[in-house]
Amino acid sequence: MSHASVPMAGAGHAEGHAHHHPTSLGIPNQKLATWLFIASESMFFAALITTYMVFRYRSVVGPHPDEVVNIPLTTVSTFILLMSSLTMALGVSAAHRGETRAVGKFLALTILGGLGFLVIQFYEWWHLAHDFGLTWHTNIFGSVFYILTGFHKAHVIFGMLWLSVIAISSFRGTLRKEHAVNVDVAGLYWHFVDIVWIVIFTLVFLLTEAGV
Amino acid sequence: MATTTVERSFWQALPKPKAQAGWWSWVTTVDHKRIGILYFWTSIVFFLIGGVEALLMRLQLAGPNQQIIGPDLFNQLFTMHATTMIFLGVMPLTAAFFNYFIPLLVGARDVAFPKLNAFSYWMFLLGGIFLNSSWFLGGPSDAGWFGYPNYSLKHYNPGFGVDFWIIGLLLTGIGTLVSGFNFIVTILNMRAPGMSLMRMPMFAWATLVTSFLIVFSFPVITVALLLSLFDRMFGTLLFDIFAGSDLTVYHHLFWVFGHPEVYIIVLPAMGIVSEILPVFSRKPLFGYSVMAFSSMLIGFVGFGVWSHHLFTVGMGPVVNTVFALATMIIAVPTGIKIFNWIGTLYGGRIRFTAPMMYALGFLALFLIGGLTGVMLSAAPSNAQIHHTYFVVGHFHYVMIGGALFSLIAAIHYWGPKMFGRMLDERLGKIGFWTLFVGFNLTFFPMHIMGVFGMPRRIYTYDAGLGLEVWNAISTFGAITMGLSILITLYNLLVSLRRGEPAPADPWDGRTLEWTIPSPAPEYNFDRTPHVTSRDELWIRKHPQLAPGGAAQAAAAAEDKPDEVIVVPGGTYMPFLVAFSLFVASYGLLYYMPVFWGGVAVCLLSLIGWALEGDNLRIIRLGGSK
Repeated sequence: MSHASVPMAGAGHAEGHAHHHPTSLGIPNQKLATWLFIASESMFFAALITTYMVFRYRSVVGPHPDEVVNIPLTTVSTFILLMSSLTMALGVSAAHRGETRAVGKFLALTILGGLGFLVIQFYEWWHLAHDFGLTWHTNIFGSVFYILTGFHKAHVIFGMLWLSVIAISSFRGTLRKEHAVNVDVAGLYWHFVDIVWIVIFTLVFLLTEAGV
Repeated sequence: MATTTVERSFWQALPKPKAQAGWWSWVTTVDHKRIGILYFWTSIVFFLIGGVEALLMRLQLAGPNQQIIGPDLFNQLFTMHATTMIFLGVMPLTAAFFNYFIPLLVGARDVAFPKLNAFSYWMFLLGGIFLNSSWFLGGPSDAGWFGYPNYSLKHYNPGFGVDFWIIGLLLTGIGTLVSGFNFIVTILNMRAPGMSLMRMPMFAWATLVTSFLIVFSFPVITVALLLSLFDRMFGTLLFDIFAGSDLTVYHHLFWVFGHPEVYIIVLPAMGIVSEILPVFSRKPLFGYSVMAFSSMLIGFVGFGVWSHHLFTVGMGPVVNTVFALATMIIAVPTGIKIFNWIGTLYGGRIRFTAPMMYALGFLALFLIGGLTGVMLSAAPSNAQIHHTYFVVGHFHYVMIGGALFSLIAAIHYWGPKMFGRMLDERLGKIGFWTLFVGFNLTFFPMHIMGVFGMPRRIYTYDAGLGLEVWNAISTFGAITMGLSILITLYNLLVSLRRGEPAPADPWDGRTLEWTIPSPAPEYNFDRTPHVTSRDELWIRKHPQLAPGGAAQAAAAAEDKPDEVIVVPGGTYMPFLVAFSLFVASYGLLYYMPVFWGGVAVCLLSLIGWALEGDNLRIIRLGGSK
C-alpha cells in the first residue's frame, strides 16, 4: 500500500499506468475535464465580451474607446503572450518525450512571457488612469473595460501559478513521464487564455482602431 | 515495488484521514454514495426551509387585505423561497441521485474525480448556509430570484442582503459547475465494458445532457452576478442607467442561464420517470433512441429560447416571433417523450406501487405544465398574462408536478438501495394522494387568478375583485401539501429505522444497481460488470430473451469477483478549500484581511490537493482489509 499512496513520486512506468485505467473514450479523464472546463470558460468570456460590445459606446461622458486605445503597445504585449504559447507547446512536447527537466525550463520561459504581458498591460492600465483619467468609476466604458481585461489578467495570473507548481516539481525531479498529461492540460488552459486574448485584442483594440 | 525508497515531499507527508466511521469520516469522505447521502439530507433540510417560506406567503394571501406579514418580509420570502427551492432544494436532490446512482448505472466503482465530487458538496452546503445566514445578519435579499437591477443596486437596496444572495449563489454555482464536469467525464469515460452510449439507462442520458447544460449556462449567470457585485461593492457603473447603461443586458445574461436552468431541473426528472415506468410496466422503455435524442434536442433548443421571458421588454415583433417559435418547437421533443412514456405503459402489466403512482402523477401534471408553457410562448397572449399568477401556476406545474413528483418517486424507488430499508407502501400512497390533491388545489386556481389579473409578487389584494375564493382554496391546498410532505418525511425516517430490510432487487428491476446488495457496498461491484443489453439485469434473469443468445448472457454472469479492490480514501483538502472560500466570503463583506487570509488558505489547500497524493485503501474480498 505504501507504493500506491505516493503516486507523484511513483517508482516506474508500470506503476504510473496503474493510475491511468483505460477509459471508455480513450481520452484521459483530466484531459476531457479540461476541455469541458475550457468550453465553460468560453461561455464566461462570451458573456463578458458581449457585455463589453453592448456597453462600450454608451458612456454619457468621455473618454470613449476610440480616444484611448494604444495599438503599438498592445501589439507588443500580444506578441509576447503568443510567443509564450510556443514555449508552452515546447514544454508539453518535452513532457511527452520524457525530458522532464526540460519541461521546467520551457515552463519558466512561458511564465516569463506571461509576466511580460502583464507588465505591459498593467502599464497600460496605469497610463489610461494617469493620462486619460479613465478609471472604472469614470464612465460605463471604463467599468466594462477594466472588468473584461481584469478578468483576463486574473486568468493569466492563475495560469502562471499553475505552471509554477509544475515547473517546481520539474526542477525538483519529481515530475515523471507518466505525468505528461498534467503538463498537457495546463498547456490547454494556457493556449485558451491566449486565444481569448486574441479575441479581446481584435474586438476591443483593432476594431476600435478601425472605427467599427 | 515496495522496495522503492522515494522521499515523501512535504505535501505528501500531510496527515490523511484514517477514520472509516464517525463524524470526520463524513467530512473527509470521497465515496460517491456517502456524498450522495449528504446531498440527500442537506437538500431535504433546505426543502423544508423553502416550504415554510411558501406557507408563510400563502397564509398572508389567504384573504384580502391581510397584514399577517408586511410587504418587506413578503418580498424577502418570495426571493428566498425561489432561490432556496431551485438552488438548494431541487438541484441538490437531483445531485443526490446523480451521485449515488450514476456510477452504479454505468457500472463504475466511483465518479471520475472523487475529490472534486466532495468539493462540489461542500460548496453547495456552505454556499447554502452563507445565503441563509443573511436572515440573521440584517435580512436577506428582496430583489427576487432573478436579482434584476435596479432592484439589486446598492442605491435602491442598501445593506448586505443582495450581497449575501450574489456571493451565496456564486459559491453554490462553483460546486454545481464542478459536478457538471465530473458527471460528463464519468458518463463518457467510466462506463463498464459493453456499456455503449446507446445501452445506458435513460437516467444516465438525462444526467449527461443536464451536465452539459450546467457547463454552458452557469458561467453566464456567474458573469451576471459578478457584474452586479462589482456595481455594489466597487461602485462601477455597469447597471447605472444615468451613466448610459442598458438594464436588458442583465436580463439577457440572467435568462441565458435561467431558461436552461428549467431543463437542468426537468431533464433529470424525466430520466427518473424513464427508469421507473418500464420496471412497473414490465416492459422495456418504448422508443429508447428517440428518448435519448429528444433529451439532447431539448437541451440544445433550450439554449435558444431565453428571450421568451422578456416578451414585454420591447424587443420588437421579429425577435419576439423568433423566440416564440423556438419555444413552441421545444414542445415537439417533450411531446415525443410523453407519448413514449404512454407507449411504455400501453399493454404493460402495471403495478401500482408508490414510486409508480408518483411517476404517473408526474406524467399528468407535467403535461399540464407543458401545455400552459405553450400558451405562454405565444407572444401576443403573453403580454396579457405576463407577470400574473398564471405564470406562477404554470411553472409550479413544471417544478412540482414535474420535478418534485419524480424526485419523490425516486425517493421511494431508489431509497431502498441507498438506505437498505423498504419504505412503507401504504404511507407512500397516502403521501401521493394528499400531495396530488393538495398540489392541484394550490396551483390550479392560480391560473384563474392570473387570467383575472392578479399580479405576481404582491403581498396583498383588495376584496371584491373575484380573487378571494381562489386564494382561500390555494392556501388550503398549500397546507394539504405541507401535510403530505410531513407524511413522506415521517415515512422516510421511520422506515429507515424499522422498515423491512431491502433485498438486492426489490422491484424486479432491469438495471445494474439492482445486481448488488442494498445498501451498495463501498466498492459498488465486486467484479467488473460486462454489459450485453440495455436491460442488462432483465436479460441476466431471463437469458432466453438475450438478443445474442443465452450463451452471451451466461458468460457475463460467470465473471469472477475481484480479490483485491482499491478505493480512494478520505482527504481534508476539498473541505478545506470550500471552507476557506466560505470564510473569505464573510471577510469580503465585513473585514478584508479575513478575505485575503481565506484566499491564501484556499490557494495553499489547492496545492496540497494537487500534491498530497492518493490515500488509497485496499479491500480484500472475503479477507481482512
